[in-house]
Amino acid sequence: MTGLLDNLLNGVALGSVYALIALGFVTIFKASGVLSFAHGSLLLLGGYLVAVLHDDLGFAGALALAVVVTALVAGALDRLVLQRVGTDSHAAHVQTIVTIGIDIILVTDLARRIGGDLLTLGDPWGDSVTDLGPVTVADSRIAAIVVSAVAIAGAFALFRFTPWGLSLRAAAEDAEAAALMGVRLTRVRAIAWCLAGGLAALAAVFLVAFPAPGLERTTGQIALKAFPAAILGGMASPVGALVGSMLIGLTEALVAGYQSDLHVLGEGFGDVAPYAVMVLVLLVRPTGLFAARGAARV
Amino acid sequence: MPAAPPDGEPALHVESLDVTYGRALSALRSVSLTVPHGGVVALLGANGAGKTTLLRAVSGTLRLHRGAITAGRVRYGDTVLDGRDPVAAVRAGVVQVPEGRRVFAGLTVDENLRAGGLGLSRRAPAQVRQARDRVFALFPRLAERTHQAAGLLSGGEQQMLAIGRALMAAPRLLLLDEPSLGLAPQMVHRIAEVIREIHTQGTAVLLVEQNAGMALSLADHAHVLEVGEIGLSGPAGELARTDAVRRLYLGETADGQGAA
Repeated sequence: MTGLLDNLLNGVALGSVYALIALGFVTIFKASGVLSFAHGSLLLLGGYLVAVLHDDLGFAGALALAVVVTALVAGALDRLVLQRVGTDSHAAHVQTIVTIGIDIILVTDLARRIGGDLLTLGDPWGDSVTDLGPVTVADSRIAAIVVSAVAIAGAFALFRFTPWGLSLRAAAEDAEAAALMGVRLTRVRAIAWCLAGGLAALAAVFLVAFPAPGLERTTGQIALKAFPAAILGGMASPVGALVGSMLIGLTEALVAGYQSDLHVLGEGFGDVAPYAVMVLVLLVRPTGLFAARGAARV
Repeated sequence: MPAAPPDGEPALHVESLDVTYGRALSALRSVSLTVPHGGVVALLGANGAGKTTLLRAVSGTLRLHRGAITAGRVRYGDTVLDGRDPVAAVRAGVVQVPEGRRVFAGLTVDENLRAGGLGLSRRAPAQVRQARDRVFALFPRLAERTHQAAGLLSGGEQQMLAIGRALMAAPRLLLLDEPSLGLAPQMVHRIAEVIREIHTQGTAVLLVEQNAGMALSLADHAHVLEVGEIGLSGPAGELARTDAVRRLYLGETADGQGAA
């Protein structure tokens, strides 16, 4: 029983970090129709900035600066690179491919700087744990859940209550009609990229916190696990991204937790599980769990 | 009611406008027309004549369709609109209701209306409320459905919402692209009444229509666009009596069709 609770809590912690990343994917997709393959590199950039800055600025200062810088880099990539690649209806496909190029460039440079090192981020949680009744939880996981919940609630408040959020949702429904209302599409999507970049930097901190060993040059690849979360949520639905992330996080934690009972599936099935879940969900619901509402009437 | 415009009585001037799509396909050739302050001008024409293209040129959305103005000017009062983005038109007071209504189907009626005001930054809540009251006075049915998804409204209600959304930007000139398209005759009649009411309130209207009967009954002045060029122009009443318009756009049995 304790084992199950442990695993569930781990799953929720993992899921909330994936949710930070998946929410970024979804926001970018909604705003620009682009699948951002550059997300892993933005996450790595955020983590790297915290790693090199925390000695001078302290953890909180380094994290704040990393979030802001990563957000600005993401926004600038969109505004200065992607938005210049075509403006017609096929532009999103071209821009998606361009994000792969951006990812390779950024990751290569960061990997060169990181080398073979394992960088610590100087987070205040370290390896301390807290007893919560029957289970013992790493403080880093509690922090991951709490901070993610706050950040996600903040992002949802932006979607719902700000002119930018309304612009984003209107433009996602009908970009031309939104433009006719005076919505500046270029600005709306650049801000979407900023938000996604900031969330990715935040996610980096929790991905490499205890019990993970630290930031390494391959950390960015973990962002790929949020892809199935976003896709099985319907790709354009923030709520779907949350549910998908929890599903992926729980699956991964449970599969890892019961690894010994699942040895028929072979070692390391936990890494494959997110994709297996995605394929299973898509077989049943090909458009994802929360695809665009079928409310439209002709 | 909008306050007196700072630049006197602005009019929309389209002057010898040429538009091409994809650098090759000529859509408009040397098109000129004027919509005076507070006037109603109808633009008639068959499918593909270039009516929507003209509105895109005014609103600045040609680029979304790989189109461009290759010659001529578009001015609203002192504001040059050619080569500008859609925000410029909205800020100048020129707002378009696109063909096919194009409401934001997944957003509520209320959110659609709020979206209509997005082009005007920093508006006092009182002004927004005033604009919304005006819309609800024109379309009481929308007031009853503020929290309903726009996609679940009927076609006529969606057209009302599309017009109401545009009015939220407090336009001085409203561009209407085929507001009668796909609506039942009774609803066409209702929309015509609303357009007349909006005009009475002081907003100029450029009405693009295939329903010539309805358009000519509302307009002071009308133009007929034929494959990218202005064919006929004149006072709406006169145009309605010309043989060409009667034959081509009003049809032989069209007397009762939408003409109020």
